[in-house]
Amino acid sequence: MKNLLTTIFLFFLSTFIYAQDDLLDILDDENVQTDQSMVTSTFKGTRIINGHSVENRKDRELEFIISHRFGRINSGFYDLFGLDNSNIRFSLEYGLTDNLTIGAGRSSFEKTYDGFLKYSLFKQKTGAKSFPFAISLFGSVAVKTLKDYDPDDKRTFAESLSYVSQVLIARKVSPSFSYQLTPTYIHRNTVSIAADPHDIFALGFGSRVKVSKRVSINGEYFYAFDKSTSINARNSLAFGVDIETGGHVFQLILSNAITMIEKSFIAETTGDFFGGDIHFGFNISRTF
Amino acid sequence: MKSIITIFCICFCLATVNSQERYFTKSGSINFFSKAPLEDITADNNQVLSIIDASNSKMAISILMKSFLFDKALMQEHFNENYVESDKYPKATFKGEILEFNELSENPNEFKVKGILNIHGVAKEITVNATMYKKDDTIFATGNFLINLEDFNIKIPAVVAKNIAKNIKVTFNFKHTPFKK
Repeated sequence: MKNLLTTIFLFFLSTFIYAQDDLLDILDDENVQTDQSMVTSTFKGTRIINGHSVENRKDRELEFIISHRFGRINSGFYDLFGLDNSNIRFSLEYGLTDNLTIGAGRSSFEKTYDGFLKYSLFKQKTGAKSFPFAISLFGSVAVKTLKDYDPDDKRTFAESLSYVSQVLIARKVSPSFSYQLTPTYIHRNTVSIAADPHDIFALGFGSRVKVSKRVSINGEYFYAFDKSTSINARNSLAFGVDIETGGHVFQLILSNAITMIEKSFIAETTGDFFGGDIHFGFNISRTF
Repeated sequence: MKSIITIFCICFCLATVNSQERYFTKSGSINFFSKAPLEDITADNNQVLSIIDASNSKMAISILMKSFLFDKALMQEHFNENYVESDKYPKATFKGEILEFNELSENPNEFKVKGILNIHGVAKEITVNATMYKKDDTIFATGNFLINLEDFNIKIPAVVAKNIAKNIKVTFNFKHTPFKK
C-alpha cells in the first residue's frame, strides 16, 4: 500500500515537473507583464477621403500629396463627364516628431493657400494600460487669393482668412474596421452676405473597411449645423477606395465636394450627391 | 526502511527539479536584413525573450513582431500590416533543442539548434548553427541563418519584388543569465 502511495505521489510529482517543462509557456508568462502595445494603422493615409484621419506622418518623414477633383460627372459628354474641369491641390506635409505634423498646400479652386498643424494627443492602446481611442487635434488656416471681389470693396489679407479646428477621435475596432468622429469648428473672417454664418459647427463621420491587405473602402460624411444660404450649401458626402503600393497610397474618390480643404468641403459644398452632382477625384501620396 | 527509500526518492526528485538550471533573457536581440536590387531593409528587435533549460538542452524563443524597429516608419507599418500581419499573428516562436549541449564550455563553439520555427502562423522545422559559450553563469548564443519568406506564406507583390528579398538574413545575439521565477 505504501509502495502504491509512493508511486502515485512520485507520479504526480513528475507530472508537475513535466507541466513546468514547456519553455514557451514560461516565456508567455514573462511576456504578459510587458505586453502593452500601441494600435497602429487605424487608417491607411493621413486623409480618410477629403478630411484628415488620426494618422500622422512619422518623425522626419516628408510626404508629397497631389489631389485632383474633376468636374461633375453629370455635366455630360460635352465636358467629358467632368474631366475637362479640374481642381488640383498639392501639398508638402512633414513630421516634426512622431506626434506633430506640419503641412502646407495650394488649391487651384479660388487660388487658396492653406497651412495646418496636426498633433496626436492620445494613441489607442491594448494590454495592461489600454486606451480605447486615438485622439488628435487639428488646426488650419486658409487664405483665398482669387480676386473675385468688387473693385471698390478690396479685401485685405486678414479678411481673406478662414480657420478650422478639429478634434479627431478614432477607434480601430478590428484589423479591418476603423471609424472616426470629427467635431469641427470653422471660422470665416468674411462671408458673402450678412445671412451667412461666420462660425460653423459640424460633425464628421468617417470609416474604413479593409477588403484585402492593401485595399480598403472608405466613407465620409460631414454634417454642418450652420449653413451658408447664399450658395445653398450642402453636407459633404464621399466614398473612396484606398490602394496601397510600396511608398504610395492611391485614393480614388467620389464626392459631392470639388474642394479638398476643410473650410471648403465642409462649409462650401453645393453639389447634391444623390442628384448626380458627383466629382471623381484622387489623392496620390508619396512618402520620402 | 521503506519510508527511508520513499523520502530518499522524493529528495532525489526534488533535487532533479533544482538541477533544472534555466537560463533566460528578456533583451535578446534579433536583426533581419533584406538585400534587394532597389533597397536594403534592416530591422532590429532588442526585446526578444529566450530561455535555455540546461538540464535537457531545450530552448525556446518568443519574438513580439511589433517590437521590430525599422529606419522608416512606413516600412514598419507595412511589415506589421501587410507582411507578417501582427494583429493576427503577434508573435514568432521557436522551440527546439541544442544538440550536443553537454560540450558547452568557456570556449566559443559551434552548436546545431534544431526545432520548430513559427512565423505568420506557419510552423517549419529548421536547423540553425549557433556559436555558444558559457562564462560566469551566462550563456552566450550568436549566429545567423536565412529564412525563405515563401515558406512562411509571406507573399511579396510583384510591384515591390525589387525592394524586398525572397530570403531574409536573420542574425541573433542572446545573453542568457540564470532564471529566477
